[in-house]
Amino acid sequence: MQFSKDMFEFVPKEEKNTNKVVRPSLSYWQDVWIRIRKNKLAMGGLIFIIVITLAAIFGPMLSKYNYTAQDLSMADMGPSSAHWFGTDKFGRDLFVRVLVGARISLTIGFVASALSIFIGVLYGGISGYCGGTVDNIMMRIVEAIYAIPMTIYVILIMIVLKPGLESIIIALTISFWITMARIVRGQIMSLKEQEFVLAAKTIGASPLRIILKHLIPNCMGQIIVTLTLSVPDAIFQEAFLSFIGLGISPPLASWGSLASDALGGFQLYPYQLLFPALAICFTMLAFNLLGDGLTYALDPKMRK
Amino acid sequence: MEKKDTLIEVKNLSKFFNINKGIFSKTQSYVKAVDDVSFSIKKGETLGLVGESGCGKTTTGRTVLKLYEPTTGEIIYDGKDIAKLNAKEMLPYRRKMQMIFQDPYASLNARMTVGDIISEPIEIHKLMNKIESHERVQYLLNRVGLNPDHASRYPHEFSGGQRQRIGIARALAVQPEFIVCDEPISALDVSIQAQVVNMLEDLQEDLGLTYLFIAHDLSMVKHISKKIGVMYLGKLVEIAESNELYKNPLHPYTKALLSAIPVPDPDMAAENKRIMLEGEIPSPIDPPPGCRFRGRCRYAKPICGEAQPELKDMGGEHMVACHLY
Amino acid sequence: MEKLLQINNIHTSFHTHVGEVKAVRGVTIDLYKGEAIGIVGESGSGKSITMMTLMRLLDNNGEIKEGEILFEGKDLAKLSEKDMEKIRGNDIGMIFQDPMTSLNPVLTVGDQLSEPLIKHMNMNKSEARKKVIEMLELVGIPSPEKRIKQYPHEFSGGMRQRVMIAMALICEPKLLIADEPTTALDVTIQAQILELMKELKEKLGMSIILITHDLGVVADVCTRINVMYGGIVVESGTSRDIFYNPKHPYTWGLLRSIPNPKLDTKERLKPIEGTPPDLLKPPAGCPFADRCDYTMKICLENKPENYEISAGHKSACWLNHPDAPKVEHDDIRRDN
Repeated sequence: MQFSKDMFEFVPKEEKNTNKVVRPSLSYWQDVWIRIRKNKLAMGGLIFIIVITLAAIFGPMLSKYNYTAQDLSMADMGPSSAHWFGTDKFGRDLFVRVLVGARISLTIGFVASALSIFIGVLYGGISGYCGGTVDNIMMRIVEAIYAIPMTIYVILIMIVLKPGLESIIIALTISFWITMARIVRGQIMSLKEQEFVLAAKTIGASPLRIILKHLIPNCMGQIIVTLTLSVPDAIFQEAFLSFIGLGISPPLASWGSLASDALGGFQLYPYQLLFPALAICFTMLAFNLLGDGLTYALDPKMRK
Repeated sequence: MEKKDTLIEVKNLSKFFNINKGIFSKTQSYVKAVDDVSFSIKKGETLGLVGESGCGKTTTGRTVLKLYEPTTGEIIYDGKDIAKLNAKEMLPYRRKMQMIFQDPYASLNARMTVGDIISEPIEIHKLMNKIESHERVQYLLNRVGLNPDHASRYPHEFSGGQRQRIGIARALAVQPEFIVCDEPISALDVSIQAQVVNMLEDLQEDLGLTYLFIAHDLSMVKHISKKIGVMYLGKLVEIAESNELYKNPLHPYTKALLSAIPVPDPDMAAENKRIMLEGEIPSPIDPPPGCRFRGRCRYAKPICGEAQPELKDMGGEHMVACHLY
Repeated sequence: MEKLLQINNIHTSFHTHVGEVKAVRGVTIDLYKGEAIGIVGESGSGKSITMMTLMRLLDNNGEIKEGEILFEGKDLAKLSEKDMEKIRGNDIGMIFQDPMTSLNPVLTVGDQLSEPLIKHMNMNKSEARKKVIEMLELVGIPSPEKRIKQYPHEFSGGMRQRVMIAMALICEPKLLIADEPTTALDVTIQAQILELMKELKEKLGMSIILITHDLGVVADVCTRINVMYGGIVVESGTSRDIFYNPKHPYTWGLLRSIPNPKLDTKERLKPIEGTPPDLLKPPAGCPFADRCDYTMKICLENKPENYEISAGHKSACWLNHPDAPKVEHDDIRRDN
């Protein structure tokens, strides 16, 4: 190949870019979002959750039926164009009742999980950071609480407070914060030996600053995953409690109480049990798929 | 020539880690990570600290900065012993003494922007308001050869060498006097190492910084340090001016260490008669009495198993701890 | 001398979620029987990927786009996985940088070392055991009969690396590939391992490809050196060619960035400014163009041809073109 002589002239330094950062700036969360978007199952789960939350909030307002409205002439009717999910033994529209149930179940799920995170993160954070005797004592307390079955505190709380939404949320929070505390403590114990924590100490950061600004933000991934996976657990536990009669009382409906009500007429009117049960199953599945997808998307080892 | 002041003097510094075998065990086991180490560094100079795994050089660096509480000994900084100060009393010293770390991937908080990382020390010591702090960050990024616009980016967007520069900018933020460089270049590529070393030298000259340079790459340490200390299993076995140490090593371990360095020159490599050390580096847990190097030393005498050798001055500030002398 | 391996114009790419990363862009390397060659380069140079390509150990998203790897009459780039398995551990052995993660922590050392013997050489358990003990002795592990019952975590770093070497050599391969074998080890242990590798090369008559970024290590062990940058080989030659008569600005830059062992007085290092190229969007011309002190217009647009400086000494640089200006490298390493 022949080249002209001027190709062999030196190029001045300014025309060479030596400190470029080629790829566009992506924060950690943007990168996570890109990864999660590719996971169709996780996205499906997310969409389902959004849809059902919106349906729970707005659905009952848009329906012509009120969830307490009884119409005995329409009792125990199967699904039809007038009543998409059929009616229960009091003639109440099941579709609306399932949506109202969604409000209760999802509220319990979200609130109990959120509260348990708040308590669990602080507790686990302090325990993990302090280590030594403090950690020993704090963890032994946790183990003692963990050993008591949840049903027992639910009953105890029901005796002290009156049965209802608040007591269920409190009971579930008590049993969930422990898992969160343990997970956060584990993460923090492994993170606190890392050099960036040492660097924070070197520049004079106080322990509180280190925990809040350095350690916990780096655990957010795990925290979010645990949160996402706690919600279905809470929904299920609530369903179980309501099913055995320890949960919310009528006329409020949760999926568990709907299932419980439907049990008697199960053989004749299976749809009355079917719809609440499916609601529980699909919602749990959606959260689990999302949680799974998040675990993969948040894994720092995948970063390249 | 004016006599340079000593900025930091370490006397009989020891750091032992207690490893108990369970809460109920009667015997206490200790890792004597740093055992009775003494040295001093003059203002504006660099002391290099070399040695292999388990020698205690990193622990020494961290203990000098009070990241670990010293078990015994004194750390005299600018005339004041800081060894026994509590966290609150140490805070003003945390401005003057800083550290640069080895792993450019782990030493920066992945969730903070570069600007926040560099300005954090300023925030902690409440030195400037937001605007002044922002300007200082821009100045520092320029100083370490990075684009000031990158302050809003995250650490993972930068290469290893660039992250190390960010770490240096962070260390410089509050105008320190003394910086412990803990293997700052080991994790970097060769051509980037040279960039960082040059920058550290320039900064030392411009800002009058004093360094404790910990590394295992002996040729780089010789290049940047005025004096070098050799550590083995927690003890300082030899300390001398750099050229003197290389030309005239006295301790058997130093001799073996120097001969083991691969030389980037084929003819010299072919001529190099390696002094091969037998065996492995022993465990630093509960070391036996006497000289720590005895098990691998070809010149070992009976006294080496009984008494620990003390650092002796062999003239010209060249000290060695060995029973041969 | 007989040729053992010929890597011809290999191109390897990875398909990632941000695009295609062209890690190896036309690499040609040859290796003769019984010689030790070095591949020197920094991160992103493509040296490790080239070897992973040779061993066909690329991740699922890696692909050999072009080129051939001729080994004993076969093209390794086109062999089936089944045929490659017969070669790995048998004709070609490989040791990696981190011995802890390369050894299976739940199997005893004896079991791990016996595996290739039973698989490739059809030995039974007791024959394998004998050979394993022999091999451990050869690599300098004391009391091998006791140690074959131990697990990897019971060995120190240097010892584990020796175990890795034993495992790579146990079927007496013709070629040993060592990817940064001593980077994670202490200096005195590194010296022991390098001496061991040289000894074994003599004893077993095997060839070695040593991949490293450490110029000292390569000067010690290798007779010929290939310098890689940005996915291509920028210079290749004997070790004396590279250290005493280098003809590529990157090699000059590398040599200038390390302290010169011959000098007494302290001299300022001359680092190479800038950072290695992003292989997601590799430059059209020479990959070193943006960091080179002698960049010409032609360097920005055209990939340099490989010029032969002398027998076996090649440099991929436009400065070697007859029309290019003459540039002298201030050679302070010349032996005089």
